[in-house]
Parts: sequence; structure tokens; C-alpha cells
Amino acid sequence: MTISIKNNQTIPIQSIPVLKYEDFLSVNLSLLQDASSHCVNYYGLFEAGIIKLICCIANDSDHTVLISSSEIIGGENIYPSFTAQHFSFHIFERELHENFGIRYNDHPWLKPVRYPYDHANQESLISNYPFYQIHSEELHEVGVGPIHAGIIEPGHFRFICSGEQIIHLEIQLGYQHRGIEQLFIHKKKLLQRISLAESIAGDSVAGHTTAFINLWESLCNYHPSEELQFSRTLAMELERIAIHTGDLSGICTDIAYQLGSAVFGRLRTPIINFFQSWCGNRLAKGLLRVVKNNYYFNEKLGLELENILDSFESDYIEMWNKFHELPSILARLEKTGVLTTEAAASIGVVGMIAKASGIKRDIRNSHPHDYYTQLKHEPVIKHHGDVYSRTQIRNEEIRQSISYIRNMIQTIPIRNNAEESIGPLQKNSFTLSLAEGWRGEICHCAVTDDNGELIHYKIKDPSMHNWLGLALAVRNNEISDFPICNKSFNLSYCGHDL
Amino acid sequence: MLDNIKILIHQGKQYIPDITKVEVPGIFKGRPEISAEKVDIVALIDLCPTNAITADPVRLDIGKCTFCGECALSFPGKIKFTKDYKLATNQRSSLIISEGENTNINVDPDQIRKEISKYFSGSLKLRQISAGGDNSNELELNACGNVNFDMGRFGIEFVASPRHADGIVITGPISENMAEALQICYEAIPQPKIIILAGTDAISSGIFSESRALNRNFINQHTIDLFVPGNPVHPLTFINGVLELIRKR
Repeated sequence: MTISIKNNQTIPIQSIPVLKYEDFLSVNLSLLQDASSHCVNYYGLFEAGIIKLICCIANDSDHTVLISSSEIIGGENIYPSFTAQHFSFHIFERELHENFGIRYNDHPWLKPVRYPYDHANQESLISNYPFYQIHSEELHEVGVGPIHAGIIEPGHFRFICSGEQIIHLEIQLGYQHRGIEQLFIHKKKLLQRISLAESIAGDSVAGHTTAFINLWESLCNYHPSEELQFSRTLAMELERIAIHTGDLSGICTDIAYQLGSAVFGRLRTPIINFFQSWCGNRLAKGLLRVVKNNYYFNEKLGLELENILDSFESDYIEMWNKFHELPSILARLEKTGVLTTEAAASIGVVGMIAKASGIKRDIRNSHPHDYYTQLKHEPVIKHHGDVYSRTQIRNEEIRQSISYIRNMIQTIPIRNNAEESIGPLQKNSFTLSLAEGWRGEICHCAVTDDNGELIHYKIKDPSMHNWLGLALAVRNNEISDFPICNKSFNLSYCGHDL
Repeated sequence: MLDNIKILIHQGKQYIPDITKVEVPGIFKGRPEISAEKVDIVALIDLCPTNAITADPVRLDIGKCTFCGECALSFPGKIKFTKDYKLATNQRSSLIISEGENTNINVDPDQIRKEISKYFSGSLKLRQISAGGDNSNELELNACGNVNFDMGRFGIEFVASPRHADGIVITGPISENMAEALQICYEAIPQPKIIILAGTDAISSGIFSESRALNRNFINQHTIDLFVPGNPVHPLTFINGVLELIRKR
């Protein structure tokens, strides 16, 4: 009833079973009975009056992704939703409803996702989002955004509070929508497409670009050399160190701990400056390319990186040791913004947020690609699901990434000087690419037509799953703790709105 | 207490003493220089992902350039990115670099409104608005205020409320869904006020050109006081540009 593939495997589109909608629903829901399975992508393509639904369920224990599809007409027909039986589908079905006008009879939260320019119901406007309301004289609402106090992307948060306590938070996004998935089809040059991949989320350049490159090379039936795999993995781990360290600075800022804010903030600088030494861009834009490597990682860079990590590590550890022994800090972080394991599992969160709530979900371990096949990554897991757990995950992942990088640069792969070329895209094919960015699981999917042209591109940023986790985590917290909860999640607005 | 002092001592001096003269480490894709070398112009133009390169004479528009650097790698004798990070200007046309023209990019003092140096030279408070920005320019604008670049020493700061601001800094290609919020925020700032575009996306929409999800009416309807190119902008580019704009003259 489904076809089983590995991460970055290209298959003929015809080999994906097409099921009746009722079977499609029951097959995919039954797959989720296994706790090691979760939905990595569920989306639709519109072609000749038919909506083709493609559902991708990853099984983390046997390292496979099970793909199935169904073809529906949409229109006036009303369908039973996946969400009514497993809430992790809520965001995907909201997107299907928004994009294609698919109607569901039992979806509990059928709200707009991002107001894309071509959404089905053009009368639904971003200025008129249907917020959940509770009518009570004892409650009040607080609206924040789309423009926030700091230098941060836009989004609107609507709180319903009882005094200072948050009863409910609804997060309305879409302000960052740039139509990037459509641009992947519209812009035909590979360099344009890779520049788009670098701009999906500018804080996850290595993560999204690696997902795109792996997908593209698989579609062209090209197997990257060790040198290419090395630089992609190294870039992803450096990005993880840089952003996690910056996040620790942000967490310190939000609890007014000046020393930690300044020290963690400046510790990020040598890491991103290393990206500049390597490729001329502090956020690694321009570093990773399909088939080729413009910036070979040589012995000299290896030595420079080793020195940077040496001085980073001692200052980092000293600061962390001070940070985590201060009672006034722990009092703000512990038991704040709890996302329980049950809630996390039911809404299908991924990445750091899943790991902080006791769920082992990490592509580096479950669906490894590039150098991760050799690194034997074991994810850091925490169990309290609070701000402190999410802070600890960052700390331990920073140290883990440093040790991976130290190991990797011991043996730098030799430069491949042969001029590599890449064949055309395979015709009528489907590819799925998973990568664990610092935020969590990134999933890109592509479909080609019978001329070998890209006809559909789908991007899922980990934030798609995780925004609802933030909304649930802040319930019953003081509204003054919202900034620290938000920072501990650090989700992407543009990655969600695309 | 002693621990704290120890940590402080271990950090050493982190700030950059002279922000206008410091050299950036490693490779930097700054102001490009285009030589008179004869190359396959069609191939060069076709290579650029954002149509930033045009012919007769060969020109590179760094307001459109994503600084991917592929042109310099494929045509190393023709195009070279220098380490010059002073890229900001108040004239959109100054961002178009021509063949054989190796001059610095400047803020044209004659084109700066008189009130800017009168009111803002000692203190400038800015409200940042991300309108479809991918969070890379936002990260770098945040970095302008960290202990390394320490923009606050010049009295330049980002503030939370437009009521407290002297101008806006826009990042991103300006999504349709942010167009109204951008307009409202701009109107909330008291006069006189300035507009700065930070990054290629904001200046020209960069790789997002031709997207149907954008609305750039705001840019077309207002006079821009400073263009700061980059993908993302480097903190040194931003700080030097703003300092030039508000300098007492």
C-alpha cells in the first residue's frame, strides 16, 4: 500500500501507490501506531483538475520513509480529515485547505496557515484572521506584532490572559510569505535555485542548502565525493554551534543576565567569522554547491578551525559553568514553558523541541546522509520539556558538534580535481531529502515531468511542526515569561511562511 | 564575584577599536572591480542568478547582486571582489559598478537632507522592520550592537517603538503580507525620519524578483536615504554607511 524509500532516494512517480482516499487515510494513520514513525511531509500537487496528495511517513527505527498517494477532486466534496485521529497532521491539512480549498468535515482547527498569494479563498485576508475568542469579563486579550520589539521577523501573537496568566495563545503567521516554492519552478537556472535554497531561512543556510543539494544530486543520479559530503556535514555542524551559542546569548538577554548575554554573544563571532574565512560569507551563503566545491577545506583551514575551537571551548565552558550554577537563572528556566512528552508526541514536534520533551527524533541518527553515516550520532535527550531542557540541549549539542568537528578535521578528504559534470534530471521522478538542521528536521520533496523538468518543489521547515508546540508550552505561564519561552523555541517565521 | 571578574578577564578586549579602518578576516566579497579583459560576455551575463550583470560596458549592480561570487570564480581575470566593505551609498546609481572603474563607493554629501546631520549626528535611533527578510540580515543587524562591533558607542541604536525612532531599516524583499504593517510603522515615526534599505533583498528584491508575493510600492513611493548592499549586510558595511550618512558636515 506504500513504497518504502531511503533518505535521498529517487523513485519513478508511477511507483508511488495511488490509493482510494479512505484507504490512504487508514493506511497512513495505522503507520503512526508505531511510536517510531511520524509524518515528515504531507502535501498536494494540482494537475489537470486533480489534486494529488502525497504522504511521507518516516520510520526512525528501520531508517525508511513510506510514501503513498491519493487523487481527489476537491471542489464541493467533503473529506474526513487525518487530523481528527492524529493531531500531527493539523498543519498539513490546514495548508491543503488553504491552497486547494479542500473541505474537511471533522478538522478541529481549520485555520489559515500563511495566506499565500495564490490561496484558494481570496476573500480570506491576513488582516482578518479568525482568532479563537473566549467571552468573559474576567479575561483580557493581548495582541503582539506583527512587528516585534527587537530585530526579529514578523508574526502576530494573540494571548488570552487571566490576570498575568496565559490561558491561550494563538500564533498567526504568513507575513513573511515570499512564494519561494513557486520560484523554484519559475527560475530555471541551477544557480538561481541554489540561491533560493540559501534564502529559505538565512539562519539555516547549511541545513536547507544541504537538503536541496542532496535532493538535486539524487535526481541527477550523482553520488557526491567524500570531499563534498565532508564540507556539507562540517558546515551543518558549524552552523549548529553558531546558532545555539547565539541562542544562549538570547536566553541570557531575556532574563537580563548581562554577562552571559555578552559572552555567549561574542563567542558566536569567531565561529561565523570562520565561515567567512572559508567562503567569504559569515552565514555560509555561497559555500555549498551541487557537484562542485568552490571552497576546498584544506589543512590550513583545518588548523585555523582547531585553534578557534580550542579558545572557544575554554571560554564557553567557563561561562556555561557559571551560568548553570546561578539559582536566579535556574529559577527562571526550570519548569517554565513546559511541553509535555504527550503533547509533543501528539502534535508531532521535531528537532531540539522533540528532544527536550523526551522524544528521540534526529535525522542524523535515524536517516543519516553525507558524513553522518560515519559519525554514529546519538541524540541528546532531555525529559522535562521546559526552557531549561531546551537550554541544556543546546549546551550539549554544542559540545557534541565540537567533538564531531575535531574528529572530522583529523582526516580531511583529498581534493577531487577532476571536472565533474552532472546529467539531466531523471524524468517522471520523485525525491525526498531529509536533513537535521540545528532547528530540526528539514524535508524537501521534488517531482519532475516527462521532459525531466522540475514541476513541483515542496519545502518543510521544522518550524511547521513546532510553532504549535510554543503555543501549548506557554499555557498557564506568566505572560512575562513569553519572551524566554519564545527564545528557547527560536522558530523560523520565513521558514514557515516560505 | 571573583568568578565573574575571571570570566571578564578571559574575554580580553573584544571590541574593534577603529571601525572605519579595521581589515576583515579571511575572504570577503566586498566592492567588486571589473577589468577591461575580453571575455565571453554572453556567458558572463547568463551566469548571474539575479541579472545583476549587463553589457556595453560590463556593469555589475551590487544592489541586485547576491554576492554568490560565481562570476569571479568563473571569470577571475574579469571580476574580482575586493575586501572593501564600504558599500553603502545614498544614490542607487552608485551601486552600479562599471568596467575599469575602481573608485570607492561614497555617500554623496550634496544629496543628504540638511536635517539629517543637524538632528541625528550625535544620536540615531532606528526601528528595524523585516518584511520577508530571511533572518540573515536581521542576525547581522543584531550583531552591529554586540560587544565586537558596538554600534552603541556612536549613539546609534535599534529601539522597540517607532515613536522613539528617527527612522526605519527595512530588510527583505517586502512581502505583500507585510506591506500594510510597514506603512503603519513608518507613519508612526515622528518627523524628520530616514529610510535605510539593508541587504540586496530590500534594495532590489534580489533572488525574489518576479515573485508574485511581493509588494514594493513603499519603496517606489519614498525617497531612500541609504542603500546598504550585502547578502546579508556585513556589520562593518552597515555601521560605516550610517556613520557617513549622519556625520556632522
